[in-house]
Amino acid sequence: MEPSFIPALLLAGAFLSPTNIFAPVSTPAQSIYDLSLFVLQVTGAIFLVVFTLLTYAVVKFRKRKTADGREPAQVYGSTQLELAWTVVPVLIVVVLFLAAARVIASIQNAPKPDNAIDVTVIGHQFWWEFRYPSLKVVTANELHIPVSDPAHPTPTFLTLLSADTDHSFWVPRLAGKTDLIPNHPNSMWLDPHETGLFLGQCAQYCGTQHALMLIRVYVQTRDEFDRWVREQRLPAHTSGAISEGQKIFERTACINCHTVSGTAADGHFGPDLTHLMSRDTIASGAALNTPVNLRRWIQDPNTIKPGCKMPAMGLSDSELDAVTKYMETLR
Amino acid sequence: MSTQSIALPGTDATQRSLVEQLHQWVTTVDHKRLGLLYISYALIFLVIGGVEATIMRIQLIRPLNNFVSPQVFNRMFTMHGTTMIFFVAMPLVFGFANYLVPLMIGARDMAFPRLNAFSFWMTAFGGLLLYFSFVGGDGLYGAGNAPDVGWFAYAPLTAQAFSPGHSTDFWTLSLLVSGIGSIGTATNLMATILCLRCRGMTLGKMPLLAWLNLTMGWLVLLVVSPLTAAQLMLLVDRYLGGHFFDTQAGGSAVLWMHFFWVFGHPEVYVLVIPAFAFVSEIIPVFSRKAIFGYPIMVAATVGIGFISMSVWAHHMFTVGMSSSANTFFVLSTMAISVPTGIKIFNWLATMWGGQILFRVPMLFCIAFLFQFLIAGLTGVMLAAAPFDWQLTASYFVVAHFHYVIVGGILFAIFGAFYYWYPKMSGKMYNERLGQLHFWLFLIGFHLTFDFMHIPGILGMPRRIYTYEPGRGWDIWNLIVTIGVLFQAAGVVFFVWNMLWSYLRGVPAGSDPWDAWTLEWSTSSPPPAYNFAKIPEIRSRRPLWDLKHPEDPDWHYE
Repeated sequence: MEPSFIPALLLAGAFLSPTNIFAPVSTPAQSIYDLSLFVLQVTGAIFLVVFTLLTYAVVKFRKRKTADGREPAQVYGSTQLELAWTVVPVLIVVVLFLAAARVIASIQNAPKPDNAIDVTVIGHQFWWEFRYPSLKVVTANELHIPVSDPAHPTPTFLTLLSADTDHSFWVPRLAGKTDLIPNHPNSMWLDPHETGLFLGQCAQYCGTQHALMLIRVYVQTRDEFDRWVREQRLPAHTSGAISEGQKIFERTACINCHTVSGTAADGHFGPDLTHLMSRDTIASGAALNTPVNLRRWIQDPNTIKPGCKMPAMGLSDSELDAVTKYMETLR
Repeated sequence: MSTQSIALPGTDATQRSLVEQLHQWVTTVDHKRLGLLYISYALIFLVIGGVEATIMRIQLIRPLNNFVSPQVFNRMFTMHGTTMIFFVAMPLVFGFANYLVPLMIGARDMAFPRLNAFSFWMTAFGGLLLYFSFVGGDGLYGAGNAPDVGWFAYAPLTAQAFSPGHSTDFWTLSLLVSGIGSIGTATNLMATILCLRCRGMTLGKMPLLAWLNLTMGWLVLLVVSPLTAAQLMLLVDRYLGGHFFDTQAGGSAVLWMHFFWVFGHPEVYVLVIPAFAFVSEIIPVFSRKAIFGYPIMVAATVGIGFISMSVWAHHMFTVGMSSSANTFFVLSTMAISVPTGIKIFNWLATMWGGQILFRVPMLFCIAFLFQFLIAGLTGVMLAAAPFDWQLTASYFVVAHFHYVIVGGILFAIFGAFYYWYPKMSGKMYNERLGQLHFWLFLIGFHLTFDFMHIPGILGMPRRIYTYEPGRGWDIWNLIVTIGVLFQAAGVVFFVWNMLWSYLRGVPAGSDPWDAWTLEWSTSSPPPAYNFAKIPEIRSRRPLWDLKHPEDPDWHYE
């Protein structure tokens, strides 16, 4: 097989899927991709050799009609042959091991530059909390990071924590996955070379709604990212008078779990809603952030995400309208 | 070696009533009957586990499907995994080992017949306990609720905080109970093989099947014990205020992972080594040649056993181990491919220059060779830790381990069914139905598990009850589900063949394959005492020596 053929074929997969591991756009994913091509070529060659030998043996040594009824010559073994098919695999293993060890070190032991962005990722059943400690930004489910120019890298380093069960952060085109385990902080890093939206999702079974614990990573130019940070740092947008929706929101159990900065709402069990309308999706990517979906979600989250932790609050239609309207002001 | 049978008082079951016959089966300590009990019990669970898999595949046939709720889907994959490993695969290999080992080493029974019966009933009780959860899982809460924590039940999802009710308790207790049965059988097999071999059968003259089951025995003893310990610790956590795995009180989720995988990885070898054993008996007979390189086959087996104990953390490359720990487990995991490769080459060399007869048992073994080759090579990909960071917990890894367990182990077990069916039932199976089973299952297997690798590469995680369109996963999931139909059809022909042949099959005679090991020297089915006179042997193929007195094996061994 032409060596350049395999990468071309694999890259074609980028058009098939936004989460193809063979379409890397970040250094860790790229190093894994390069290693995987090497491993695929070695294992592919082994497959061809052994497959051919097996097929040849099965066809060539089938019992023929002309067989004279005598047993074939009995062969009990051959030290030379057995030595050969012990030593050659040992050599292949050594080569593959060294190739893998190099990539492990290059990804896991990469030094963190001073200009790296720090993000603390906290896995919850069944959503993601993203905290930028030095930038004083808190958001949920949609991670914004700056693009990293290979000449002047600005990587993002993630500290991975869990608030409850095990989760795993996996955005295939940016990096391999790393688990979020309670009492066991982990880390990983990304340095995307392209702007755009990259999808991923939780990859460690974490409970009923593991399937809809989706991740969206927005890779932006540095200017766009800085503007986003500035907007996120502002307190909740209020027009002076406290709306009916806000009153209902603060009167019910909503504020036990949700924060809207600058107001009485300072719960921590659910996503921070201060800038809810700056997000494209709700319910950890399970639904688009439209007024209709928002209202449906507030009315009964289980209709969008059965088994999720947010309860239906039993609001009346007018209360629902008011709270939805309030949510729409949280820009 | 005599095929004559001796009439013992009370052994003639034909005149007994159904109740008395059932009573005999329930109270039996005969290794052959217990073997058959293990096997039939496992076959029932195979069908149940298959139904669970089918429910999952129907749910995933298209994006955003609503065939079952997420709660039901999560129960299905937990029950499917637990059932297939603990109540299908293990009872099957134990059943065959029980039936075959004493016959192949010229013994009258296992070393501890009562322990043998105890072990079987513990395993059986474990399976019933697991399934009782469908009725009693939530206990006082009312409706039934099967476990939904996944078959490796990672902490802290199993803690009271996340798993209230009793479904997790049923899971824990069923594994605890059946684990005790497994340890009993493993001890029994080792004692039998080490102490009850017939005269002349030194360790170096044992059939390979006995060597492989000896290795499987000590592997079970060493690795089921930590699993059993972990289940006890989990029970302490849940009911006695322990904090081993309770992360909310400072416990360690990673500790559970180590406990589970130090069992879980060698478990693969607990299952695949007996599969190797079947292949190592069937390929020589249907190639009409002695096994190639017996000593290195034994060495490779024991080597696999040892190395398999040092690779468990390759299931944990993404949990944040240090780079040096990851590197070590890459090396140990890749090292296991060397003895495994030796085995494939030696089976190949056994066929080389032979006269291969394509009867159903051999067809399954040939398919095993090709499929196990592929499973091994995707295993090498997963062993390269960085590649694993992408592939693990995706459908690629699901495809990989089903390639091992279905494409490797189950194909070898199907081969074993057809090969020893004449011995166990006394009747010949129907060759045409067997071929139909083989080809349908082969097509279904490849439709399902070849194409299942692709959504994994395209980023589809395992254990999700639904997925959104636009990820490029739809068409592959459709093909995967279609494959299930063929596999199910194959299994229908298999069951039909087993039943029909038992009732209508032609008598098989004691040695239908012109084979070489001791089980073929006694009648089919063998009498309760196996051999009228305990045989005495001089080589690894005693029946070859009898059939070819001019050129016996012991000239060469």
